[in-house]
Amino acid sequence: MKIIIAGVGKVGALLVKQLSAAEYDITIIDLKQNILEDMVGRYDVMAVQGNCASMNVLLQAEVEKADLLIAMTEMDEVNLLSCMTAHGVNPRLNTIAKIRNPEYSDQVYKMRDTFALSLVVNPDRQAAREVERLLKFPGFLKRDTFAKGRVEVVELRVDEDSKLNNLALNDMYKIIKGKVLVSAVARKGEAITPDGNFVLKSGDHIFVTATMRELTIMLRNLGIIAHKAKRIIICGGGRMSFYLAQQLERSGITVQIIEQNYDRCVELANLLPGSCIVHGDASSTTFLESEGIEDCDALITATGLDEMNMVIALYGNNYKIPQVITKMSHIEQSEITDTLHLGSIITPKELCCNSIVRYVRAMDNQTGTAESVHSIIENKVEAIEFRVDEKTLHCGESLRYIKFKPNILVSCIIHGMDTKIPDGNSSFQVGDTVIIVSSGENVIYQLNDIFA
Amino acid sequence: MNYKMMGRFIAQVILIEAAFMIPALLISLVDEDKAAVNGFLTSIALILIISGILLFICRKERGGFYAREGFVCVGLSWIVMSILGCLPFYISREIPHYLDALFEIVSGFTTTGSTILADVEALSRGILYWRSFSHWLGGMGVLVFLLALAPLSKKNGFMMHILRAESPGPDVGKLVPKIKQTARILYILYIVLTILNIIFLLIGRMPVFDAVCTAFGTAGTGGFGIKNDSIASYSPYIQNVCTIFMLLFGVNFSCYYLLIISQAKNVFKDEEFRAYIGIVLGSIVLITWNLKDVAASLGYSGIRETIRHAAFQVATIVTTTGFATTDFDLWPSFSKSILVCLMIIGASAGSTGGGFKCGRMILVFKSLRRNIRKILHPQKIQVVKNNGRMVDEKIIENTNAYLAAYVIIIMISFIIISLDGFSTTTNITAVLACFNNIGPGLEAVGPTCNFGGFSILSKLVLIMDMLAGRLEIFPILILFSRSTWMRR
Repeated sequence: MKIIIAGVGKVGALLVKQLSAAEYDITIIDLKQNILEDMVGRYDVMAVQGNCASMNVLLQAEVEKADLLIAMTEMDEVNLLSCMTAHGVNPRLNTIAKIRNPEYSDQVYKMRDTFALSLVVNPDRQAAREVERLLKFPGFLKRDTFAKGRVEVVELRVDEDSKLNNLALNDMYKIIKGKVLVSAVARKGEAITPDGNFVLKSGDHIFVTATMRELTIMLRNLGIIAHKAKRIIICGGGRMSFYLAQQLERSGITVQIIEQNYDRCVELANLLPGSCIVHGDASSTTFLESEGIEDCDALITATGLDEMNMVIALYGNNYKIPQVITKMSHIEQSEITDTLHLGSIITPKELCCNSIVRYVRAMDNQTGTAESVHSIIENKVEAIEFRVDEKTLHCGESLRYIKFKPNILVSCIIHGMDTKIPDGNSSFQVGDTVIIVSSGENVIYQLNDIFA
Repeated sequence: MNYKMMGRFIAQVILIEAAFMIPALLISLVDEDKAAVNGFLTSIALILIISGILLFICRKERGGFYAREGFVCVGLSWIVMSILGCLPFYISREIPHYLDALFEIVSGFTTTGSTILADVEALSRGILYWRSFSHWLGGMGVLVFLLALAPLSKKNGFMMHILRAESPGPDVGKLVPKIKQTARILYILYIVLTILNIIFLLIGRMPVFDAVCTAFGTAGTGGFGIKNDSIASYSPYIQNVCTIFMLLFGVNFSCYYLLIISQAKNVFKDEEFRAYIGIVLGSIVLITWNLKDVAASLGYSGIRETIRHAAFQVATIVTTTGFATTDFDLWPSFSKSILVCLMIIGASAGSTGGGFKCGRMILVFKSLRRNIRKILHPQKIQVVKNNGRMVDEKIIENTNAYLAAYVIIIMISFIIISLDGFSTTTNITAVLACFNNIGPGLEAVGPTCNFGGFSILSKLVLIMDMLAGRLEIFPILILFSRSTWMRR
């Protein structure tokens, strides 16, 4: 499949990284020569320098032969024009555009056909939605949804004083009394596929596959207090904060936004009449205290600076706020950020990139390709959803008799309305949906790739 | 410096080399030539052992692979490949001195075609085949071959640095987004053209072995003949076939790709292609005009033979091949001067030919013109355009740096070579012939002579010149820079 990525910014660069590893022919377009050179030196892609909205440049990138155009420049208008022009040249082209301006978002969605857009992405809105999901279910650091919302893979951290500390997984399952499966454990930057005798240590991040109902039981039985956030402070009044406050207002939650820029405060106050907009510097502790940071239920740091967000999150952690969510736009999540108590980390560019990669894989609609893919530990562990079809090997066989590649786990089988965490006696049938967790080196493109 | 990954690369390169020795080994087996069989078998065994050890030491590759690793890796690969590739010559005792054998194989891999042998016909067929095949392998580059075979991995992007370092030209790009596909397309074009060349030679009743070896020499624009008088004793038809194919291999291979994807218009608009054709035709006309009065004394009967010899010699020099149909050392000095200029200009970028490259020449002229205009209007802002597109200042800067390095290397080599006491013409054309990967020079290194008379030091200098010329200077120069080997 031939893909053109126009605009190599934060999301664009991440997309190149993720997509170039697969068998896609990628051409990148950007205005800046040095960015292109850097990308060509690192990834197996071809570069065209120029304005991606110009037909001449698009033709140089061979848009007439391409299957997909992903417009990711900083300018919404350029993205739109680029998609429209490209679609004019090649009517069977799929197009994805990044539209960030809230003023456009509704109209662009409604006029998708006019603008020739197959998919519209908005990193800020996606991040806001993700934060909202986390707020609705406190206790998890991250939630990934599969099988149209029926199964979730959630991330939990094992703390020093947690019940999970020094607990073998078999004992943990006894305490929980529900059907859940620990599909992967991240320990000191290493990804481990655990078995029943695996003992959890404080500092581990565990990834649990379960249905929503079982997750509620799990949280209750593990004694993780999870009451819904009622009073929320958002530091920074950017686009993500706006989308988030708008959503939260609708669910009747009191939101307080702290923003440094006076004009932006006025603007927000106009747009969000139900929220409390405070003009001030969120990096000052005294100011935060005077705003009542001690008794808020959740703190979301969403200023434009990652460093600032991290520092405020650390303050928040110090005040023992039940839920802290940190936005990180540039800094990549790593072992170092994991050692800090930053709470949940939200990376808009990653969320945006994941949704595009999901679209690309769905477009690549050969038999047996993944329905959706979630990278659960960056570059190490992926959870992949597949549909079992006639060509799948080992249908109807008990899992215990099937030979799998190392570090492959069948973590859920969905048969009709029945969602099941499998054991050795389980099997999958044609028409089922399965969720595979892969923590090995091998890249899984098709379901049959998991068999040894 | 990522030594482990480089080690893996070098191990794979020499494995490919060993695999390509097998046909030569088979020819020697058929001929029942014990010395040559022994030479090839020992070399293959040695290469397998060395490559095995390297692969074992470097089994765990990790970390990045950047421009500097790419350059060093290419430079080292070529040196290691030459050191091991000359073993069959040496072990079979057909070239008794190791340094001579090394000179011969470097001349082969770099597609130079300079020889130290006085009597080529004395070599056995297996050895002759390996000698000619080294041109073919060196022409497109063994690392590009490796890239065409390389499995898909997340690190493929880094391989761009290797393609850049091994392929000639000021601005190496890809034909298609995937590097593996690009390398494959290049090799498929190369193989198809070579086979066409063999077929055309066979139609001219050339023996199969001669046709294959000559085609290898032509394809790589190398120039090792298998006869003492190169191509001179073959029929005029064969000479004309060689002329045409030499010129074809001197064209940028991306032009052929454009032809295939039916964009012929862009090929004929290409400034470098036009310059190349113009230079060739102009030189042929000038030399024919210059030779017409002395044709009888050179033994050429009529204008057609004169044109044939003029065309062949122009093609062989401009594409830096180095075959010969006549002793152009006997030509009048105007013709010889044109040939010396052609030596420096060389073929197109992205071809298998060597030299300074027409494309670079165009850039140098254009930037020179701009600088002259700047003297008149100091505040003037002007961009250099090529094929209607703005050329990045970095590329112009690199081209000018390349010119400087080119001149300096020629000067230094010239001075060292002069210690041997040959004439100035001999010395300067010997350096030009080696550095531009041509083969024959003038006077004592002319088309009927060889490089056997030089001292050990001169041969070493010429070997380095050939490698530097083929890899376009920087991959070899970087090996001598102290900061390359220092820890970051």
